[in-house]
Amino acid sequence: MEKRVTFRGWRLPLLLIAPQLIISVVFFFYPAAQAIWQSLFIPDPFGLSMKFVGLGNFEFLLSDKFYRASFVTTAIFSLLVTLCSMIPALFLAVLADRLIKGSGVYRTMLIWPYAVAPAIAGVLWLFMFNTRVGVVSWYLGQLGYDWNHVLNGGEAMGLVVVASAWGRISYNFLFFFAALQAVPRSVIEAAAIDGARFWRRFWTIVLPLLSPTTFFLLVVNIVYAFFETFGVIHTITAGGPQQTTTILVYKVFSDGFVGQDLGSSAAQSVILLFVVGMLTVVQFKFIEKRVHY
Amino acid sequence: MKRTTLSALAITTALSPFAAYAETEVQFWHAFTGRLGELVAAQVDEFNASQSDYKVVQSHKGNYSETLNAGIAAFRAQEQPHILMVFEVGTATMMSAKGATKPVFEVMAESGAEFNPDAYIGAVKGYYTTTDGDMLSLPFNSSTPVLWVNRDAFEAAGVDPDTDLSTWQSVGATLDALKAGGSSCPLVTAWQSWIHLENFSAYHDVPFASKDNGFAGLDTELMLNGEAQVAHLTAMGDWAKDGKFIYTGRRNEGGANFRAGECALFTESSAGYAGISSEAKFDFDVRPLPYWEGVGNGPQNTIIGGASLWVMEGHDSAEYKGVGEFLSFLSKSDIQASWHQNTGYLPITVAAGGVTRDAGFYEKNPGTDVAVIQMTANEPTANSKGLRLGSFDQIRGIIDEELEAIWAGDKTAQEAMDSAKARGDALLRRFESANR
Repeated sequence: MEKRVTFRGWRLPLLLIAPQLIISVVFFFYPAAQAIWQSLFIPDPFGLSMKFVGLGNFEFLLSDKFYRASFVTTAIFSLLVTLCSMIPALFLAVLADRLIKGSGVYRTMLIWPYAVAPAIAGVLWLFMFNTRVGVVSWYLGQLGYDWNHVLNGGEAMGLVVVASAWGRISYNFLFFFAALQAVPRSVIEAAAIDGARFWRRFWTIVLPLLSPTTFFLLVVNIVYAFFETFGVIHTITAGGPQQTTTILVYKVFSDGFVGQDLGSSAAQSVILLFVVGMLTVVQFKFIEKRVHY
Repeated sequence: MKRTTLSALAITTALSPFAAYAETEVQFWHAFTGRLGELVAAQVDEFNASQSDYKVVQSHKGNYSETLNAGIAAFRAQEQPHILMVFEVGTATMMSAKGATKPVFEVMAESGAEFNPDAYIGAVKGYYTTTDGDMLSLPFNSSTPVLWVNRDAFEAAGVDPDTDLSTWQSVGATLDALKAGGSSCPLVTAWQSWIHLENFSAYHDVPFASKDNGFAGLDTELMLNGEAQVAHLTAMGDWAKDGKFIYTGRRNEGGANFRAGECALFTESSAGYAGISSEAKFDFDVRPLPYWEGVGNGPQNTIIGGASLWVMEGHDSAEYKGVGEFLSFLSKSDIQASWHQNTGYLPITVAAGGVTRDAGFYEKNPGTDVAVIQMTANEPTANSKGLRLGSFDQIRGIIDEELEAIWAGDKTAQEAMDSAKARGDALLRRFESANR
């Protein structure tokens, strides 16, 4: 049975949630409302004049096949970043969980990359894969493979995915590791006595018990791939070659802050808001049903 | 003893704010780092030392795009600097921002500082001047693309470094020879759209956009998918396919390859001089940008790249007087001459070019006058005055994307340029409707 605490009167509960409400209004609702308002205009960059165009900005965007292609790019990119950051993290967490000695050292070492800012991570990976002086591209050249992410879209996508996922593995590792520690030993021991081997135990007991964490990480990682990978893309490819790594958020930046087309940029933000909203609804409606708490 | 030192300290501390208030501060935001940043700081220091009424405070605000954005954001927050450096691509944006900028000719007239519009080199000034001849922003750093030659790389490949490279026809033959001689990077470029489309069009006297490249009106359309441009890009695409032209990126990434001695030929701004002369451990030459013999009306003149200084609206007249004095100081021949000699940027006044020539600089540093000659060789035509297109930073991005499709072999030059025109025109229409 659920326990509910009821307050007498309105004043105290309002006071208690006020900080959260104020923060949400100031940093979320107000900017979001402004973005929606701005998306109806074509303003000049200096804010001297605004021309009302109704849904013109949306019409302009959605009739642009390069903008539509950016949706596909974003989907591929987010999917790859999520997979590349969650699977290795789970693998490492399972290994670290089985360690008896020195797991603290491993844990600390594995968490380190999370402290690296995305833009710095981008520059680091760019150095390694630089077509001229990169260590990795040099070794690849020795093996007879001509690495050129400046012209090859597939390689560019691979590079930004790896650079974005790399630091994220640490974050995911931390959650998986904590979740693994919370799996009751008695259940695993009982299964072991019944003769279940490690992989069998992992698939039938551990993974289902991890599902709340996995679901949480899935949501968080997709949001990360959508919004926070900007620094990596900006430093490594700037959206190129051609448009192979131009994800939606990067386009918001390049149209708004390079092209000074604030109307289109605002309209793109609104579309993005809508997409992420839908995505979260889908995740909670359909995927959460399969999650066991 | 100790007390006197302390009280002296207290008095000077108390007085120093008054000393600072006596000078009118002028904020100057620019986009230069490294060697160029030092040279700008030196100019500002010299101005500040030369008089005591005004103090120019220079600050670096990131690369060209970032500096422009910082200026725009500051204007919206009403904290704009007095002087903002804007690259040539942002010219149309600034021109249509009436109410945000104060035209230079007005600032100079009001401040009473020395200013003679005729002293500036026509091809440089034209980019920043209205059709009525009023100068809107002061040209600051202007360069034009030239061909850089690594003589040692030529010799290593068994090719005569003095071979004729004046036309793309002969460059093509030379690239074959370089490749056959074992060069891994016969040709590399910086700023591909600026050099191989914008300057290419001006140099061959073919239009880049309608309405005199946008000078005559906002209802301009791109014409970069013309026969001449497509033929050039087709040749470049073929060279890329054969490993004779190496693509390194959208900006000046290729400079690293050239300065390291890997590449034989490099199309880059004349302002590459500062970096190449200090880093290159090989013999190099500067040659005029090649042209296609028999195409268009070449060689006409090339156009400039670089930045100009815009004065922002919203300050008081004492401060504008300081701005006027500073801009007048920057235009002095000796200041301009040393800037030109140190950086490879073009002198902005005719007199500064004269001072440099008289000092024997061109004889001691052969090739440094190539850019000046190339820009001023012919009276600019409607096709070679420059470009004035809205949203041009974004359009350049589109052109970069489409050029990458050619270099990768995904599109023919015609397909890529047709697509660039369609996409660019859509942005021009948006800019037109925002600024009508």
